[in-house]
Amino acid sequence: MSYVPNTPEEQAAMLERIGVASIEDLFANIPSGLRLKRPLNIPPALSEMELQRHIASLAARNTSTSDAVCFLGGGAYDHFIPTVVDAIAGRGEFYTAYTPYQAEASQGTLQAVFEFQTLMCEITGMDVANASLYEGGSAVAEAVLMALGVTGRTGEVIIAESVHPEYRATLATYAANLHCTVRTIPTPDGFLNPADLKATLNDATVAVVAQSPNFFGHLEEMKAIGDAARKVGAVFIASFDPVCTGVLNRPADYGADIAVAEGQGLGVPLAYGGPYLGILACRGEPEYIRKIPGRLVGQTTDRSGNRCWVLTLQTREQHIRREKATSNICTNQGLLALRAAVHLSALGPHGLRETAELCVRKAHYAQQKLCAIPGVQPTFPNRPFAKEFTVRVNANVPQVLAKLRAAGYLAGLPMGRWYPHLENCMSVAVTEKRTRDEIDGLAGALQRILATV
Amino acid sequence: MNNTQSTELLFELSRPGRRCHRLPVCDVPGSDAPLSSLIPAEHLATNSPPLPEIGELDLIRHYTNLSTRNMSIETNFYPLGSCTMKYNPKRHERLAAMPGFADLHPLQHDDTVQGMLEMLFEMQAYLAEISGLPAVSLQPAAGAQGELTALYVAAAYFRDKGQTHRKKVLVPDSAHGTNPASAQLAGFEAVTIKSGANGLVDINDLKAKLGQDTAVFMITNPNTLGLFESQIKTITDLLHAAGALVYLDGANMNAILGITRPGDFGADMQHYNVHKTFTGPHGGGGPGSGPIAVRDFLAPYLPVPMVVKEGDRYRLNWDMPKSIGQVRTFFGNVGILFRGYCYIRTLGPNGLKEVSEHAVLNANYLRSRVAEGYEVPHPGPCMHEFVASARSLLREKKVRAMDVCKRLLDFGFHAPTVYFPLVVPEALMMEPTETEGKDTLDVFADTLLKIKAEDPEVLRTAPHTHVVNRPDEVKAAKEPILRWTAAAKS
Repeated sequence: MSYVPNTPEEQAAMLERIGVASIEDLFANIPSGLRLKRPLNIPPALSEMELQRHIASLAARNTSTSDAVCFLGGGAYDHFIPTVVDAIAGRGEFYTAYTPYQAEASQGTLQAVFEFQTLMCEITGMDVANASLYEGGSAVAEAVLMALGVTGRTGEVIIAESVHPEYRATLATYAANLHCTVRTIPTPDGFLNPADLKATLNDATVAVVAQSPNFFGHLEEMKAIGDAARKVGAVFIASFDPVCTGVLNRPADYGADIAVAEGQGLGVPLAYGGPYLGILACRGEPEYIRKIPGRLVGQTTDRSGNRCWVLTLQTREQHIRREKATSNICTNQGLLALRAAVHLSALGPHGLRETAELCVRKAHYAQQKLCAIPGVQPTFPNRPFAKEFTVRVNANVPQVLAKLRAAGYLAGLPMGRWYPHLENCMSVAVTEKRTRDEIDGLAGALQRILATV
Repeated sequence: MNNTQSTELLFELSRPGRRCHRLPVCDVPGSDAPLSSLIPAEHLATNSPPLPEIGELDLIRHYTNLSTRNMSIETNFYPLGSCTMKYNPKRHERLAAMPGFADLHPLQHDDTVQGMLEMLFEMQAYLAEISGLPAVSLQPAAGAQGELTALYVAAAYFRDKGQTHRKKVLVPDSAHGTNPASAQLAGFEAVTIKSGANGLVDINDLKAKLGQDTAVFMITNPNTLGLFESQIKTITDLLHAAGALVYLDGANMNAILGITRPGDFGADMQHYNVHKTFTGPHGGGGPGSGPIAVRDFLAPYLPVPMVVKEGDRYRLNWDMPKSIGQVRTFFGNVGILFRGYCYIRTLGPNGLKEVSEHAVLNANYLRSRVAEGYEVPHPGPCMHEFVASARSLLREKKVRAMDVCKRLLDFGFHAPTVYFPLVVPEALMMEPTETEGKDTLDVFADTLLKIKAEDPEVLRTAPHTHVVNRPDEVKAAKEPILRWTAAAKS
């Protein structure tokens, strides 16, 4: 099946009207030597029933966070998604529309994006937010591109080693082809030491990138980092966790110039890594607004004076400016921005605070439980953390994690994969969804496993 | 019926004390201890973010009523050229929501996601077969990121070969704006190639600008005028003779599935828009998914990770020393790739070819009907889309292409893409897709013809039936209001 509605009679009438004998004649401009003269080598068509059976058989070979208890973090978290999010995002009027080029026919999407931009300003404390970017890593790269434009500098971009390794990898890819040098500051103690940072800064520094909570879950000294960046006129780019803004200082509180984040925790399914959404918010000065990547929705009035919304400041964008655009971004993550907006509205200020509090309390409980097990220690004692932490175990971490999988736990991430000096360490993330029983169960399983190695 | 209840901004609907979602009480010990006993107070906010406080019904009514202010594929014919607004099968949504796919963490161990990896591995193979280019990366998040990724691959390839003098990327003037923007971002200089009067690449201009400094020629084929570049082989041979690579902007793949393959007509790299060609819903502006396919000699430079199969087991391969690295976090926009996979499996080889045949049939039929009243500057047959011009209306009645578009909205049709490509004055770019029937195309064409005969003033003041009419875009840009604030409440 191909969802083609035209009947043979209609096809014949259409061909007659066009003035050709066959559909084949319509492809006459493709030289015959370039035509594919065999069927594509892909599997034959499946009916809906067969497709469903096939997909179910594939799904059965995956262990989902519904099958096992998930303590995985590292930039994607098993947060609860209220039903209203799926109900709204599942409306065809939203998900089968496209970029709101025709404002009159897109006020639903435009208003929802304007509300999203406002909500992003509210959770960050920043002045302006865009309509979303792809995800957290390219959001860091786009923020650095902004900083290059805002400062006009050609010096280094400084990034902490405690920033998500895949964000750093993404930035490295973007920077490799530009006149942009990225320097990574080691974080052997699990956080960016402001003194180490200061030693690298000078009047040519473009930007400082730090993440809090960082990849280890620790809270960085964001205020001191921001102060140091400001002192040399560098742009301070802060990567934050949107869920944690329910209790933690927000990017504007610690002086961020550009705040970026992975927005997955706001009502977006884990879905093996995407689609998610990148959040980008920044200061409101014109030099910043002119450099914002991607779509922006603005409020205006129509001919009758009604308040309404449109895509605006499009002279920054590729379809107008072509090679002079601030970014090559065209499509953003509209449907995910809608999910995030519905999610935050469903939570409200109290719900967001309670969610973040539950994460923090449960994570600290889990850390105490795990670190009470013989052979388990905190990797970085006394570093403050929010919903994620690391522990060092007296055993081979990949083997321990495999045994925990067999016991029904997606227990943590092997830190040695990204930080060779932490090969005995694993990170554990705890969301509001985890119960005391599940945490106690994880601790019991880990204790039993470590007792037998 | 115009449902206006609860359509004020969320922030105006807010009433202190209302809420929707409720959380369980904290079940771990010490839940009454102050948070500052866990996290030093200097890190804690003094208050919650000032989010709106809304009850559940108000929330649902707000968004439901807003949704009715959108046109969408499910409610309206949406012939937005270059965007391939085809039906998004409902079954895909249901299958994508299965916990066995929706609830997988991106950093799970490969052993726990074998079904997912199999799907992705097969998707790599299908996209390779459809393009005729054997190596596929599913990572890019959207078509524009696919372009950028492919240019990074090209840059890495030329660096590896010691040809860093190749700094220029040639782009036809009819190309999407993302092409030159991506070239710039990848560190190249974008050079514009003219189109001839026939709407195709001006080969003399290409020859004049092609040289040892050329890295890549980015070509859209079929191009944005809906025309197949019949000299494509001559063009790609020219590029290859100069040692350069050919990139195919795959935005228009809906016209050539199983008909001709970019790898067979000389492209070395291409991106797909899975959300267009393979029906990922467009989501009001994303998410997309922009996988790229490349020739074997470019495979070592593709992003990590790739899915590989060893015996019966699938795994992510991160060990690619020449790889450009990652262009984003995690594997890719898997949810959209999944829908594309379902689509390809549902259609099979014959169904995919039928898609392109009927996309082209519908476009040519609509073209013949539209040509009754509008200029269609380039000769047919067209491929999956065509570009009409409203310049005679401008000349004779001072009616702009945009006025025609706005009037179409009154009749329940989304507008075509307007003023693009730039090479056609007063352009109206129409792509009906294969999922529309003849009767819909007829009503749309009849409406366009009727509009042409209407009082110009009716057109210039259209639309007349929507909640807003001609937002003031100049004001929006001059005095930007990009967020709600209590002070700006009106």
